Amino acid sequence: MVRKHVMVLAGVALLAAGCGGGNDNLTFGTPDPTRTPTETPTPAATSTPTTVTAAAVVANYADILYANYNAAIAGAETLHDAVDAFVDAPSQATLDAAKAAWIASRPAYQQSEFARFYNGPIDDPETGPEGLINAWPLDENYIDYVDGAPTSGIINDPASFPVIDEETLVAANESGGEANIATGYHAIEFLLWGQDQSTTGPGNRPFTDYVTDGSGTAANQERRGEYLQAVAHLLIENLEEVADQWAPGNPNNYRAAFLALDTDEALGRILTGLGTLSAGELGGERLSVAFETRDQEDEHSCFSDTTRDDLANDGVGIQNAYLGRYGAIDGPGVDELVRQADPTLDATLQAQLAASVAALQAIPQPLDQALQGADDSPGRVAIQTAITDLFTQADSIASAAEALGVSTGTPE
Amino acid sequence: MGAFFVIRRTLAAALMLGAAVGVWPGSASAQVCGDADGSGNVTLTDGVRALRAAAGLSDGCETAICDIDGSGSIGVSDGVRVLRAAAGLEELACPGLAPDPLSGGTTTVFDTTVNAFAQPAANQPFAERPDFFTGNALFNRNWVTAPSSTVGSDGLGPIFNAASCSACHFKDGRGRPPVPPEDTFESLLVRLSVPGDDPIEGTVAEPNYGRQLGHRAILGVAAEGRPRLDYDERSGTYGDGTPYSLRAPRLTIDGLAYGPLAAETLFSVRVAQQMIGLGLIAALDESTLVAREDPADADGDGISGRANRVWDLRLGAPVIGRFGWKANAPTIEQQGSGAFVGDIGITSPLFLDQDCTLVEAACRNAPNGGTPEVDQLKIDLVTFYVTLLAVPARRAIDDPVARRGEGLFAGAGCTGCHVSTLVTGELPGFPAVSHQTIHPYTDVLLHDMGPDLADGRPDFLATGSEWRTPPLWGLGLVPTVNDHLFLLHDGRARGFAEAILWHGGEATAAREAFRTMSADDRTALVRFLATL
Repeated sequence: MVRKHVMVLAGVALLAAGCGGGNDNLTFGTPDPTRTPTETPTPAATSTPTTVTAAAVVANYADILYANYNAAIAGAETLHDAVDAFVDAPSQATLDAAKAAWIASRPAYQQSEFARFYNGPIDDPETGPEGLINAWPLDENYIDYVDGAPTSGIINDPASFPVIDEETLVAANESGGEANIATGYHAIEFLLWGQDQSTTGPGNRPFTDYVTDGSGTAANQERRGEYLQAVAHLLIENLEEVADQWAPGNPNNYRAAFLALDTDEALGRILTGLGTLSAGELGGERLSVAFETRDQEDEHSCFSDTTRDDLANDGVGIQNAYLGRYGAIDGPGVDELVRQADPTLDATLQAQLAASVAALQAIPQPLDQALQGADDSPGRVAIQTAITDLFTQADSIASAAEALGVSTGTPE
Repeated sequence: MGAFFVIRRTLAAALMLGAAVGVWPGSASAQVCGDADGSGNVTLTDGVRALRAAAGLSDGCETAICDIDGSGSIGVSDGVRVLRAAAGLEELACPGLAPDPLSGGTTTVFDTTVNAFAQPAANQPFAERPDFFTGNALFNRNWVTAPSSTVGSDGLGPIFNAASCSACHFKDGRGRPPVPPEDTFESLLVRLSVPGDDPIEGTVAEPNYGRQLGHRAILGVAAEGRPRLDYDERSGTYGDGTPYSLRAPRLTIDGLAYGPLAAETLFSVRVAQQMIGLGLIAALDESTLVAREDPADADGDGISGRANRVWDLRLGAPVIGRFGWKANAPTIEQQGSGAFVGDIGITSPLFLDQDCTLVEAACRNAPNGGTPEVDQLKIDLVTFYVTLLAVPARRAIDDPVARRGEGLFAGAGCTGCHVSTLVTGELPGFPAVSHQTIHPYTDVLLHDMGPDLADGRPDFLATGSEWRTPPLWGLGLVPTVNDHLFLLHDGRARGFAEAILWHGGEATAAREAFRTMSADDRTALVRFLATL
């Protein structure tokens, strides 16, 4: 399949403006340099830190987010290529390569999740494709066979779904309202790894599930390959939809409207995203739920057992957004505005952001095993520490909003 | 989804109130409309003092406290209304007094964003936050088909309406009927029954389809049917000659998959209600609700009102119903567990059986996600979450038009059912919602709303034309949270005015008062509702 998206010309390297610092050892998600944005930050960012304006920070936020989504697209393209190679010639080696590409594709997307929670391009209730990209939990037996249901799923139902392509999948995803999560990263993950039936490792789907010469395992091997290719391609398209909304030079996209907002409103949205991802999503939905219910598979990325990395990358994304940086970009960040208003608060928040990332990274892999055991077991202590750090950090983000005099939340 | 971010009350309060008023409204020194002697209650003494003030005597009453109609001075009619209030016949709202913004007492939150309905009670201890977040996550969780790797969240269906609580209660908010070109029911559903009484269930299930039409199903099981709403416009005229139009819904069910519906089947279309303040309603003492009952209309105000009596599965006994459009659920746990099984197809300790009928073989034979599919721990977490979802503060408390509108609302008799102020009792385990002075604008009682609003489907004591007075708090933020303002049980009303105009039965007099108001007065009354 030939993809049609437009490559963006490489931009000019950006000058630092005193953002960040002390966190250069991060190893998560280096963006693809061929997809850096064309727009440079505003000149205010390159003068002196004390003259950073809210407008410059908002513009830089749009820049880093655009770069971040482009990195996610680059990862999804590599993944798509690896999936094609695997389906064309199924083997353990090509399956392993596809799995590796999936794992490599995750950090950039996870790091972009700070842009959720204010009905922006990713999660607009009407048009946002977040549910197609990264929804969880996955209705896995709506997709393919699972333990105890050997003939379940769209793949094994040619009567109801004679053709498997992107249109089929989009329609199937909507057929049960939010019920049937049949697309996105986790659908690809399920199709590569299979169910995680192991208490010590990830899922272990045999590559022969895709072998079509009659010697393969499970049924409908060709349809399974078609599903995997279609869902991998759809992921790229959905990510592009979002990236296009943040692309510079389009007077009609979300970015243009975002930059035209009153800066208090724009900063409010930015901080709403950071605070909500910290407390409600990471501290609450992802960690507290798993911690309290101990459900072994109550976690994202359960098929590949990479949930801990997902969480840590979300944390890195929050930190990136606060500091105004992504990959090669290090422009005026929220940190500089907060520092101008309350240097102590900025220092506190920077330390807390670093601490929560470290706490998330310190959770033992796999998360489903770390959840078990007594409350004083190392795994549960580490999770509890991360939850506390994330809530504390969210409180400081609320304080930052207060210091900047902005309201958190989407304006009426 | 799952958007959630605790907004600091101090910050939000500062933004909301700005430089508006010097004194924190709702503080202990707040003045009570009609309370001439400052005793804290409206008594006969106050009525007498108001009349003295009307007669020009100096020791009567401050204008702000006894000018009930907002005319600028205290008249005899104001004094009479204070007397009526003292006798419990009327509620008062003084346009000259700042209303209390704390609709939910000290649980009140000051978020006016899309997350306005998703906040924990402001007085909830920090230490309890993780439980709230966990409950929130379960509320937002998409349940998936069993079996799956996510054993804690499988068991969807086999027949269902939605895959998560939040699919219908989006952002803990309010559902609505489809807006063309949409045609699928996303946040409303159709209840079914046949005539008859059932002391435990309240209704008798339709033999082939059960008590609710499941318009979705997992792969391999047929959905029960496709409900559709069409509308007939009905024109009417305000007292000043201005025309209006109401839309009357017509329900059709296409594609019935399990044979015909019984000839005498009763239908009721219901939208999902916003989730705010439910813990405060749960914390109302039964005696508080019973005190307002007047089943025979002994006071002759045209408003009867009685509590529904429903079966409490935990107690194994009938108690007062509080939740749902007909107050047919006694507790948050039972209402929520009923929605889990009825709407999502998730069994729980209170409801261990799926609503699969004898003719629905595929439904009965489908794999389940455990017995029960959601355990007591998770039910408790969801219940905890729902109990503490806070009511947003009233807004624009200094808007003179809205204040006048509140006076008109009270004067029209709306507060006969939409009671502005109640005091909660003790809800065990939930000190945050206990002993709060609240402004829910409901009496939680059943009232006959006339034939035009009737669904003809009785539920426990509720007749086919009776509905529970819905709380009005937070309604003004539904457009912000849910991007619509479709009101009433099936979402037929396209805004406040239409909702009022649909009222009949016991509310006929109040509706007529509104219908015959001047356009300015109608605007003021609607403006008031929008500040709640």
